[in-house]
Amino acid sequence: MLTTNQSSYDLFCFILQRSKKEKCTFHFHNTTVNIFVAKSKKTLAKPGVKNIVLVDGVRTPFLQSGTIYADLMPHDLARAALQGLLNRTGLPKDAVDYIVYGTVIQEVKTSNVAREAALGAGFSDKTPAHTVTMACISSNQAMTTAVGLIAAGQCDAVVAGGVEFMSDVPIRHSRRMRKTMLSLNKAKTLGARLSLLGSIRLAHLAPELPAVAEFSTAETMGHSADRLAAAFGVSRLEQDEFALRSHTLAKKAQDSGLLSDVISFKVPGKDIVSKDNGIRPSTMEQMAKLKPAFIKPHGTVTAANSSFLTDGASAVLIMSEEKALAMGYKPKAYLRDFVYVSQDPKDQLLLGPTYATPKVLEKSGLTLNDIDVFEFHEAFAGQIMANLKAMESDWFAQTYMGRKTKVGAPPMEKFNSWGGSLSLGHPFAATGCRLVTTVAHRLQKEGGQYGLVAACAAGGQGHAMVIEAYPQ
Amino acid sequence: GGGSLLCLSLSAARTHVSYEVKDNVAVVRINDPTSKVNTLSRHMQAEMVEVMNEIWGNAAVKSVVLISRKPGCFIAGADINMIQACKTAEEVTSLSQEGQKIFDQVEKSPIPIVAAINGSCLGGGLEFAIACQYRIATKSKKTILGTPEVMLGLLPGAGGTQRLPKMVGLPAAFDMMLTGKNIRPDKAKKMGLVHQLVDPLGPGLKSPEERTIEYLEEVAVDFAKGLAGKKVTVEKKKGLVQKIQDFVMGLPPVRKQIYKTVHSKVMKQSKGLYPAPLKIIECIQTGIEKGNAAGYLTESQNFGKLAMTSESRALIGLYHGQVTCKKNHFGKPERDVKKLAVLGAGLMGAGIAQVTIDKGVATILKDTTEEGLARGHQQVYKGLNDKTKKKSLTTFERDGIMSLLSGQLDYRDFENADMVIEAVFEDLSIKHKVVKEVEAVIPPHCIFATNTSALPIKDIAAASKRPEKVIGMHYFSPVDKMQLLEIITTNKTSKDTTASAVAVGLKQGKVIIVVGDGPGFYTTRCLAPMLAEAVRALQEGVGPKKLDSLTTGFGFPVGAATLADEVGIDVAAHVAEDLGKAFGTRFGGGNVEVLKMMVQKGFKGRKSGKGCYVYGAKSKEKKVNSGAEDILKSFKLTAPPAVSADEDIQYRLVSRFVNEAVLCLQEGILPDPVQGDIGAVFGLGFPPCLGGPFRFVDSHGADKLVQKMKRFEEAYGNQFTPCQLLLDHAKDSSKRFHK
Repeated sequence: MLTTNQSSYDLFCFILQRSKKEKCTFHFHNTTVNIFVAKSKKTLAKPGVKNIVLVDGVRTPFLQSGTIYADLMPHDLARAALQGLLNRTGLPKDAVDYIVYGTVIQEVKTSNVAREAALGAGFSDKTPAHTVTMACISSNQAMTTAVGLIAAGQCDAVVAGGVEFMSDVPIRHSRRMRKTMLSLNKAKTLGARLSLLGSIRLAHLAPELPAVAEFSTAETMGHSADRLAAAFGVSRLEQDEFALRSHTLAKKAQDSGLLSDVISFKVPGKDIVSKDNGIRPSTMEQMAKLKPAFIKPHGTVTAANSSFLTDGASAVLIMSEEKALAMGYKPKAYLRDFVYVSQDPKDQLLLGPTYATPKVLEKSGLTLNDIDVFEFHEAFAGQIMANLKAMESDWFAQTYMGRKTKVGAPPMEKFNSWGGSLSLGHPFAATGCRLVTTVAHRLQKEGGQYGLVAACAAGGQGHAMVIEAYPQ
Repeated sequence: GGGSLLCLSLSAARTHVSYEVKDNVAVVRINDPTSKVNTLSRHMQAEMVEVMNEIWGNAAVKSVVLISRKPGCFIAGADINMIQACKTAEEVTSLSQEGQKIFDQVEKSPIPIVAAINGSCLGGGLEFAIACQYRIATKSKKTILGTPEVMLGLLPGAGGTQRLPKMVGLPAAFDMMLTGKNIRPDKAKKMGLVHQLVDPLGPGLKSPEERTIEYLEEVAVDFAKGLAGKKVTVEKKKGLVQKIQDFVMGLPPVRKQIYKTVHSKVMKQSKGLYPAPLKIIECIQTGIEKGNAAGYLTESQNFGKLAMTSESRALIGLYHGQVTCKKNHFGKPERDVKKLAVLGAGLMGAGIAQVTIDKGVATILKDTTEEGLARGHQQVYKGLNDKTKKKSLTTFERDGIMSLLSGQLDYRDFENADMVIEAVFEDLSIKHKVVKEVEAVIPPHCIFATNTSALPIKDIAAASKRPEKVIGMHYFSPVDKMQLLEIITTNKTSKDTTASAVAVGLKQGKVIIVVGDGPGFYTTRCLAPMLAEAVRALQEGVGPKKLDSLTTGFGFPVGAATLADEVGIDVAAHVAEDLGKAFGTRFGGGNVEVLKMMVQKGFKGRKSGKGCYVYGAKSKEKKVNSGAEDILKSFKLTAPPAVSADEDIQYRLVSRFVNEAVLCLQEGILPDPVQGDIGAVFGLGFPPCLGGPFRFVDSHGADKLVQKMKRFEEAYGNQFTPCQLLLDHAKDSSKRFHK
């Protein structure tokens, strides 16, 4: 087939909507063998459907919460990401039709953080902005909202992103105390006020702390992850190994300058930050020393094999292909099919990728083999390993997903090869944009055709998106 | 070599207990292949002893894990049949001593034994577990621990009365053993009954149930290794509260006071009618005050004595009866009821709706007024919300269950109903109107059930175009608490309709009796003569309080006067009048006018704030309603001295109840004595220690009962005429209702 006349082969592929064979490199007995593997489809472009592109994406360095960003507010971080995007793309501020931003733990003063950040970042005050929330896939939701606005012909250029700021979270008075305080506002006489004040008991002063727990089940996510790992028989060793892999790959990527989406940020009153600070490749021995963090004493999820609380923000510029080209941009990738899934928030809380992957592949007419670059959100090493095992199981596919066969697990050499949420950090609502931008960058760097993003989220939800390389 | 071959051949012969050695840990797996639950039968015990001896003889084994292979059951208790098969107290005592000996060996095991508990761990199962050195339980909803022996009139006879107080402390041990209540895993951990908890798992590469057991085993094996290697210690650091409590309990006068308090509490609640709680106190006291040897001896002897008591036989009879009445004897219905409609959102209607949605069946609750609907809706919500307060339900589960309820004023969606249960006002013409209205909107397969407590079903069915689909479903108030459901079939009701009604009732968690049609069916018909007699006693000057104490003293959980208030004086009047018309003077006794006058004055019972008693006041002491006393005075009768002693009054009440029950069996309203006993105990509160009217006749002696009735008959007439079947049993003492 390699000898086929190239131009007629192109035509042949085009008619059949099949992609050109693509180069794949294998190492065999120290000899490099190049063979060609056929893609199911050459492109996912569809007649009559607008091509939507990722022009560029940036993020602030992801820092462990309580470190250098500690004195900021969420919109400050979001502002930094937005400004970084403007700088990176040279985008005229008034060219943006709309801004969508994700956040999970809301600062009550800036409940529409998208608008506050946009104003502060110097966008035109004529550019509307709204905030979305969908737990760890909030910025995915921001991006797909942007895709929707463009696809529907309502906008041409939309900025999407997400911010999470865990250094400061809203801690509330107890319900009883709040009730008393609100009644106090309405109390007309001194006597009424005094009697309300007199009704305050010491117990009412105990504050309500936010927890990373499901409202529906009251189970913390780490606890659920530990049970999930146990359900799939994922050992502590497997989890520690995966976490170590994540940190090692992230360190390598950081050191080789692959994390080009990270912008430098001059933190007011502090130094310029330009690197993620949670990447810490450790040793298996050190990791083995840690005690379980959630299920004690026999659990397997520890601080070292979980993602840590992170501050950070991300932003991407999404445009219709025509508009991008007209403005002289060279887009990085096409944003193609995407799906959202949801399942039992108790026992399948973190299985989103397992459910979303086969669905989005089917939608695109692709198979797992067509994907060159996988970027999955790593909430917990145990969660990733459980998903990989679920995707490898025909029994699980048949019993719980109503599918005939398994979708298969992604090959590890294509999987999160620049690190992941475990090592880079996981500011809940900022991670989605990082995943998509990383896929675009890896496709450019590694030379593949299709990338797949998948993530789980609180509430038992999940998301996946297929990304196609923009011809270079 | 030869050793392993021998081991193989031996284990091949075993059917209930198997084991394998993993990393120096012997994992012992229990599974009775002949039953849904594991019980400590002779067979199970023999295999267990054999296996344990093999393990103890194997120097390579450093620790043991004991686990069940059944997903919902660790060990549910001793084998009741094994105890029942014994003819003498001595036989039962020796059974107890065998059990004590096995568990003593387990307690003194040279290597640590970890009990890995998933599912029910009750009675002998718990005694086994607490003899082990370490306990790990899953947090599954099915995991419960407890000592329910007292509910069978027995006591924990394999060391339980001796080990539990040392493990959980005197007060908690008394509470467990005297109430027999189930303890959930989290509580068990707090009490010190188990050392570790393991979360149940969701779907993985195997079914959740299978993988959860596997996981429990993995965790237990790790702990067993830790215990053998001294990396895990059993002793927990005691908190300050615990230390103080231990100190206080160490003082003999304090303990003495506790025994006294517990004893008087038991006497107050049981009226001395139940021997088991008192024997339990004696066992615990002996063990603590006189040492182990005396304690174990008292335990085994008391166990033997209790097994021979009529009370224990009665309670075990009820247990077996309840198991029978929790099965569908009419086959699988052609269709599952997926949508149920309840007419009338009153106490009963809302209660029925609650127990239905609680089991995941979509339910329409229809009323005619918005106020009625709102009240009913609130009742359902409150019923479920109370469960969230007790933490047996999460607020999300509550909301999910509530979403199955559709409150409405019209017949919307009735075309999709598979069954309609009407709980409207007890008036034949209203019921007829409802039948016609409903039949105009429901699909042909839909069953029409009527929740009436006295109106004959055939009279209601007379208005129906499809009488084969009409059936009676008599619930008891409050529906979410009362276990009984009395299903009434007419001679036209089809078998499939019955099967479907039973299936729905079982789904609602009910214990079900299926009886024939007639005025008052079975339960109401038994209760009516007893209430008529109660009214007579009141007219004769026995005050409501005295009447209550006479009935509770006989073993009824609720006194007759209080019962009338609970049922509602208006309902009682209604029923008395209806059944009086149907059965004539046999149902006479007290004057119906008494009840009617009370209703007129607004004394309708608890629901109206006044009945025999005055309600609503916060004081604990119930006050007699002086208005009712005045009415009783105006209807005063003279008590014939020959039949008015306390015991006479008790037997007048009970004999009328019992005679009517036996007559129901004679007439074929009741299919068998078992359902008669279950209906009387679970629906009407007939003394459980007597086991129901039929078992009472057996144990008391039909002849003695007939003698008493003849005496009453002389004073009062045909209300005390024994029925033919009772006379037959009186004549021939070999005739018994229960084998």
